[in-house]
Amino acid sequence: MGRSLELPAARPAEVRAFRLRPPGVRFVIYLVLVIGAFVSVLPFAYMVTSSLKSYGSVITNNLWPWWPFGNEPIQWQNYIEAVQHTGWDRQWGTWLMVRYFANSLIVSGVIVAGVLITSVLAAYALAQIDLPGRDFIFLLVLATLMVPGELVLVPKVVMMFNFGWYNTYLALTVPFTVSVFGIFLLRQHFLQVPRELFDAARIDGAGHLQYLLWILVPLSRPALVVIAVLNFIWAWDAFQWPLLVTRDPSMRVLAVGLQQFMVGEGGVNTHLLMAFATMMVAPIIVLYFVAQRAFTEGFLSSGIKK
Amino acid sequence: MGRCREYLFGYALLAPALILLAVFEFFPLFYGLYISLCSWRLGCAEFIGAENYVRAFRDPQMWQALLTTATYSLMSVPVQLGLGLFFAYLLFQKVRGRELFRLVFFLPYVTSTVASAAVWSYLYNPDRGLINTVLGILGLPQPRWLAEPTGVFALIARGFGAELPAWAQGPSLALVAVFVYTTWVFVGYDITVFLAGLGNIPSELYDAARVDGASGWALFRHITVPLLSPTTFFLSIITVIGTFKAFNHIYVMTMGGPGTATTTASIYIFRQLYEFNRYGYSAALSFILFSAILVLTILQNRFAGRRVIYG
Repeated sequence: MGRSLELPAARPAEVRAFRLRPPGVRFVIYLVLVIGAFVSVLPFAYMVTSSLKSYGSVITNNLWPWWPFGNEPIQWQNYIEAVQHTGWDRQWGTWLMVRYFANSLIVSGVIVAGVLITSVLAAYALAQIDLPGRDFIFLLVLATLMVPGELVLVPKVVMMFNFGWYNTYLALTVPFTVSVFGIFLLRQHFLQVPRELFDAARIDGAGHLQYLLWILVPLSRPALVVIAVLNFIWAWDAFQWPLLVTRDPSMRVLAVGLQQFMVGEGGVNTHLLMAFATMMVAPIIVLYFVAQRAFTEGFLSSGIKK
Repeated sequence: MGRCREYLFGYALLAPALILLAVFEFFPLFYGLYISLCSWRLGCAEFIGAENYVRAFRDPQMWQALLTTATYSLMSVPVQLGLGLFFAYLLFQKVRGRELFRLVFFLPYVTSTVASAAVWSYLYNPDRGLINTVLGILGLPQPRWLAEPTGVFALIARGFGAELPAWAQGPSLALVAVFVYTTWVFVGYDITVFLAGLGNIPSELYDAARVDGASGWALFRHITVPLLSPTTFFLSIITVIGTFKAFNHIYVMTMGGPGTATTTASIYIFRQLYEFNRYGYSAALSFILFSAILVLTILQNRFAGRRVIYG
């Protein structure tokens, strides 16, 4: 699938169009692009630099209080202070910030694993087995794409109370362990694998499960990466749902923790809030630069930021 | 393996996904409808029919929230798509480091909304935010950004010593500030989609037009714009839906305030649910909001869809 989504290579026509432009125009194009890139990055630069400044330097907007323009040391201890300022989680006997991080990792991890498992299994059945009613089932699955999340928000919250899942990890994870996008993408992938491969595996004595795990899954790694990365981002970013279905500070994920820190303690300690935000964003940015192709493909083909 | 056993096996593979979808997507749809017809206290305390809906239609705050949402949407679509196309077109020229530029433009879109919204609310801080500090150095007026419920046109007019009537005040500065943040987030996505769209336009068309003596602007106006219209249409629908769903960043930056200046429909629904525990009412509001989105999408399809050219 990836091919059609790849960014277009420069074509000869564009090269010629460009060479005809006078140098002044070329300069303006680069200038505009650089300004755009600067604006894109500025808030992140502000976040990271502020997280390493003293409180005084942050509120006076001293842009560079360090050597050679100032004599402030880099305030690494802000990160430690930010962790300490979140408070203590008695349940686990650790700082709440550690708990937020752990919660986000647990929730995102379970969601990614769950989505991968349910999608691989369902996609296989839809692609490889001639089930009666298969097309109808597939249509039904696709139809759920039309159910907007906002519409089912209230009933889902009520259901969490009914199930006794309120304020538990179950509420944070289980409803998100299925992804129509994942099923769809993997089904497409599986369908592209030549049927002969299956027949050959059959002759060698492999059953459905062996064929799926040993041959299809390794072949579909790019699609699996896209699904994993997207769902990780969505889970890491989730805010409204965790806010609605958890009550205790110890059940907060990073996003909720950050917002609560902002309206409480961090509202005055800007430098600490920025350290908190940096810690939350850092894993995503690292993941982005490592797997940026999966990001682009995923966001393009899934269409929507959840 | 027998036929029957194979079928059973197939359904077993489908079961986890289907059960989850049934429980968390299909069932809540009907359950939500039921809740919206109830006076809900831990359960359906009383079946009240359409009363929640009647109340919603008589609720001036709901209309206000819908109006705010529509304003937000109306600002976002042209500006985001315009900027997105502008940058995509620049990048599509043979620009050095195009991939790096695109990566950087895409960065705000992939990072956590809550974190970046928190950072922006400090940039916007009226007293010690970076934006107002810079404006102060330049000797420009320092508006109160997210804390300013007054309309932008009214603020501008005030700068010239004039007062505008209530209907001409324009969207509140707080809402405009939220919109600027949203633009910062989504332009990178629009650029990426537009770039893919630009790549699908056959270069022979440009060559042929150039042979006929078409200039750069004519190429853009008569080839790029029409052939890009399916992409533009897709993005405009995604953007409208996105603005109607917008919640996280608005809640982090303003919680819907000051007053109700940035209380969009999704914020209003959330507050009915989270702060007042009005389950029946917020369920009814959700259905009304969804109907609004549906009508808008159909209208968009009707009117804009006609002008889309599928190359």
